[in-house]
Amino acid sequence: MPRVEIRFAGFGGQGIGLLGRLVGEAIALYMEGKNAIMTQSYGPESRGGASSSDVVIDEGEIAYPKATHYDYLVVMSEEAYHKYIPNLKEGGTLFVEENLVILDEHAKKAGKIFKIPATKIAEEIGSSLYANIAMLGFFCANTDIVSEDALKKVIREKVKARFVKNNLIAFEKGKNYKG
Amino acid sequence: MSETIQKEEDRTVLTGEYFTTGNLAAAEGALAAGCKFFGGYPITPSSEIAEHMSYRLPQVGGHFLQFEDEIASIVSILGASWGGWKSMTATSGPGYSLMLENIGLGIMTETPCVIVNVQRGGPSTGLPTLVGQQDIQQTRWGSHGDYEVIALAPNSVQECFDLTIVAFNYAEKYRLPVTLLMDETLGHMSEKLIIPTKDEIKVINRKKPKDDPSIHLPYKADDDLVPPMATAGEGYRVMTTGLTHDERGYPVLNAETQEKLIRRLIDKIRKNKDDIILLEEYKLEDAEIALISFGISARASKGAIELARKKGIKVGLLRLITIWPFADEQIEKLAEQVGNIFVVEINAGQVTREVQRAVKGKAEVHGVFKYGGAIHTPEEILSEIERRIK
Repeated sequence: MPRVEIRFAGFGGQGIGLLGRLVGEAIALYMEGKNAIMTQSYGPESRGGASSSDVVIDEGEIAYPKATHYDYLVVMSEEAYHKYIPNLKEGGTLFVEENLVILDEHAKKAGKIFKIPATKIAEEIGSSLYANIAMLGFFCANTDIVSEDALKKVIREKVKARFVKNNLIAFEKGKNYKG
Repeated sequence: MSETIQKEEDRTVLTGEYFTTGNLAAAEGALAAGCKFFGGYPITPSSEIAEHMSYRLPQVGGHFLQFEDEIASIVSILGASWGGWKSMTATSGPGYSLMLENIGLGIMTETPCVIVNVQRGGPSTGLPTLVGQQDIQQTRWGSHGDYEVIALAPNSVQECFDLTIVAFNYAEKYRLPVTLLMDETLGHMSEKLIIPTKDEIKVINRKKPKDDPSIHLPYKADDDLVPPMATAGEGYRVMTTGLTHDERGYPVLNAETQEKLIRRLIDKIRKNKDDIILLEEYKLEDAEIALISFGISARASKGAIELARKKGIKVGLLRLITIWPFADEQIEKLAEQVGNIFVVEINAGQVTREVQRAVKGKAEVHGVFKYGGAIHTPEEILSEIERRIK
């Protein structure tokens, strides 16, 4: 597998940083023979505003740590979609939160588009806070980037104990969502 | 009846594999090196180091103190070091500026300690949350007077751990404050960190005096130009001053004492350059063009080398792991091999001017600069190479 670049993006408070962290950690620690590096936009605000996190994956040493031409773009806000769609590779894969993003002609460059109402699914579990993990389950099911076992392991380890159960439910619902 | 004493678990070296940030790796490296005191004042993008030390140090019998500012912080770690603790602080550009006067005190009093500078864009408050590499010359010349310093620049999370240990080792071995020049990107990015076992980590501790305390001279150097260092309370006279002093540590304010002392402080670094200078050579064997870089910029440079080689341009990299003392001889030798050297750095040419000096006209030197806020992309570096080399 050659270098793979993923960008997760949305607005602050959606858990975009956590998405990158979980994917990066799952790959770096639990997937044999793969390296991962995670960086995130780092601004003065912690809620609102744009937020993004990058995961770069490779089998060898990862020289350049940032994603510049995305193989996968996962967007959870309209603003993030417009800002980053120009850097999706021709034929790359696009994941969108379908109730928060209206696609335009730029989306045609994507080889595959996966849509999920992640926030609505999360609200049915009890809080929109789980939307990122619903998206993660959906991402996991439709790519061969990272294994389900590795992701569940890091969710159990990294998410605060009292939120683990609902996050795992969100993950399952996202994973099983068929559109 | 035998008494069982439950031995408390040693949490100094947390052997294992982690996915973590450069800042946390630097903090764990310090603990692994034996750091027992952190005195600091939080500042973005270094704050996670202070935060992490604040709960880790009490677990290993160490102490964390937050001070009113960076001036108090640096002075506290000098004092802690004289009290026998390995000590450190962490800051960013504005805080480093405030520390400079007393870094000079640390150099004059030959006090081992480590200062981590997670660089952000400057000058002044500049770009608190975004990357810079603009404190290179400040580290070298920022305090007044003549002296040599040691500064190291990691370029991965693993190296943030490893080089913090090396920084402590150099500080202890050569008795001076050592600066770890990190940057915001490195401080906040996550990748795999392997913490080895305690036995696998090489730790150097300061030399202790062995002579008779009644005739002990605290500033009488051994052949390596470094005097053994007694801790206050061990029975030896502990006398220290920022004034020019003789071997007794007494102020002697004349040209002869100054000459002898300053020459030794400079020579103890210059004469041990080969021990201190760490470099990485990457694809230089067949290179016709060389990049020189350090820290996070070296990783962008490696990305550019990959792109260049796909186009048939033979580019390699000399990475400066030790920034100060500067690798003059190695760079001059490189200049003899390649016609062109490109220096990639996030500032307006602070390392470039050193490279220009070191090559002695034997190669063309070009700067590839950014002024802070973002790291170079490999494409930017390659296009600069292609623009200059026709």
